[in-house]
Amino acid sequence: MESMTFDLSTTTVRALNAELHDPSVKSYEVLHPEGAHAVAAGIDSGVAVDVHGHVGYYCAGMNDGGSVTVHGNAATGLAENMMSGTVRITGDASQSAGATAHGGLLVIEGSASMRCGISMKGVDIVVGGSVGPMSAFMAQAGRLVICGDAGDGLGDSIYEARLYVRGRVGELGADCVEKEMRDEHRAELAELLAAAGLEHDVTEFRRYGSARRLYHFTSEHSGSY
Amino acid sequence: MALRESATFGRGVIDDIQRAAETGVYDIRGWGAKRAVPHFDDLLFLGASMSRYPLEGYRERCDTDVVLGDRNARYPLHLQTPVTIAGMSFGALSAQAKEALGRGASEVGTSTTTGDGGMTPEERGQSKHLVYQYLPSRYGMNLADLRKADAIEVVLGQGAKPGGGGMLLGQKISDRVAEMRTLPAGIDQRSACRHPDWTGPDDLAIKILELREITDWEKPVYVKVGATRTYYDVKLAVAAGADVVVVDGMQGGTAATQDVFIEHVGIPTLAAIPQAAQALQELGLHRKVQLIVSGGIRSGADVAKAMALGADAVAIGTAALIALGDNSPRYAAEYEALGSAAGMYDDFQDGRDPAGITTQDPELSARLDPVEGGRRLANYLRVLTLEAQTIARACGKAHLRHLEPEDLVALTVEAAAMARVPLAGTTWIPGVKSHA
Ligand SMILES: Cc1cc2nc3c(=O)[nH]c(=O)nc-3n(C[C@H](O)[C@H](O)[C@H](O)COP(=O)(O)O)c2cc1C
Repeated sequence: MESMTFDLSTTTVRALNAELHDPSVKSYEVLHPEGAHAVAAGIDSGVAVDVHGHVGYYCAGMNDGGSVTVHGNAATGLAENMMSGTVRITGDASQSAGATAHGGLLVIEGSASMRCGISMKGVDIVVGGSVGPMSAFMAQAGRLVICGDAGDGLGDSIYEARLYVRGRVGELGADCVEKEMRDEHRAELAELLAAAGLEHDVTEFRRYGSARRLYHFTSEHSGSY
Repeated sequence: MALRESATFGRGVIDDIQRAAETGVYDIRGWGAKRAVPHFDDLLFLGASMSRYPLEGYRERCDTDVVLGDRNARYPLHLQTPVTIAGMSFGALSAQAKEALGRGASEVGTSTTTGDGGMTPEERGQSKHLVYQYLPSRYGMNLADLRKADAIEVVLGQGAKPGGGGMLLGQKISDRVAEMRTLPAGIDQRSACRHPDWTGPDDLAIKILELREITDWEKPVYVKVGATRTYYDVKLAVAAGADVVVVDGMQGGTAATQDVFIEHVGIPTLAAIPQAAQALQELGLHRKVQLIVSGGIRSGADVAKAMALGADAVAIGTAALIALGDNSPRYAAEYEALGSAAGMYDDFQDGRDPAGITTQDPELSARLDPVEGGRRLANYLRVLTLEAQTIARACGKAHLRHLEPEDLVALTVEAAAMARVPLAGTTWIPGVKSHA
């Protein structure tokens, strides 16, 4: 058997995840998720999972190596704390997509809500549409590409993550500044767009990152903490 | 006329004001609250005599084991003593100190806990029962380590700073610490006070479900809160699915927090336990969802008192560090050179700990031998357990868990009101209607 199908209208998320943690085949189809939570969470191998429909919170949570595609929308915490692998969603993602993720690639073909990439620690996130406010809050490492607009507070208290935005940016968060787009940045952006399968002119993007003014406590910055 | 110090503007206050005026920053330090608050010292046990029957000191059994997290998990923790080691991060503590904690705890069959900064191999290797903290920062959080843990502790707060995030000052961000946290070395690191991917108890229920799914329903899930609105917080934590609730009182230790926060936010451990026990009792889940209490536990008497008030187990932080050698007079001269003194050293944020515990300096941390430290901690844990057993037998209890509020009286009106036990020699519990 090459592929296995789980119909969540007749079986449980528990049965699905138990199989995915100890997989007997390489690819899986998941039907009728109907907003179920923690779908395909905790994968630690290179399995491929196609989910047909909308998922609830924490889909592909902590993914470590799997390729999960959601043909629909996702609720809060999509691919939270991903370690490696790929998570792709054809629709929109709710809050905190890619939160604290350490690695891998998260592609959101639609838009993402607030706090996209919050506390990200090395993941690459590519959003086809726009992101809500407070995205990349305390973002530590990795790259966030936004092909649409970014809401207010982008990159607040950001550390070393790099942000690329094509559209409009609201008010920047504390210590987040626009930075020069050099050749190496255009090159990495082109790579990320290609990996995500999105076509855009890299010269339309601007780059944002940390001014590194909050790296050491001083009372002069008390208004920013 | 005799000199007169102001009660409002005492010398300590004058110092604080002048320090603030000079430096322009607030005081950040380690340790816990230093002010006096009603505590276990304000309670006494009623040993058995005529109306109750004691157990024979060295002959009759008084068991001490405890099972934690058997509500949902396939593999609950079964500990030989109810005294556990609280979460203290690698980063705040040296790798040697973490290893010593693991060794000491394992020797007596209890658990130890990671902290903000992830799990080190030293600690995992030496800890028979290791609780993995799930914190807002998610530093070092990863799937492989999560699956290596014996239990998961979702941290909402700490008694030293309920509502506050973490900080680790640059002098302690060594290359190894920086790498584990995915941060540049040497910066003053802040960790968030709120979790990045859930808000409120309804979300927490889904988060706990996810953690169970990821770990195949094997591991107990704890929820740790700093003591404030403890009655409500415990009810909400249980509703969200916690198998174990950890309540940390305001005296609880910290690695680095603003002094103003340590001293002015939260309620004493003594006041928090009855609130937590009441919440569990009203839910019909007392002893089914276990309660771990921390914040100022020092002796077997404290352990017994916490348990009599309703805790299933306790956790120790500061006392465990002291057992390893923190604040030892052995380093008196060095403490003085740092502007402190043995018995008063609290600059855990500073990274220059002469005892080699709260530091990342290779030379200083090499002073702590993890094997010797582990032996000292195991000794101390045994003494705590023996002391608690001594008291429990005197109260006629064949298991520490059988201690009950009826075994206690209070020395002060404040303690009676907070602990909800009568003032010694009376039937009076302030705020509780008497049925006598
Ligand atoms: C050096 C040090 C580091 C700590 N780090 C953490 C931490 O990372 N996470 C956490 O939840 N609590 C942390 N705490 C608090 C302890 O887990 C515990 O709640 C507290 O120490 C209990 O009070 P006690 O010190 O009076 O025993 C730390 C405490 C100390 C002393």
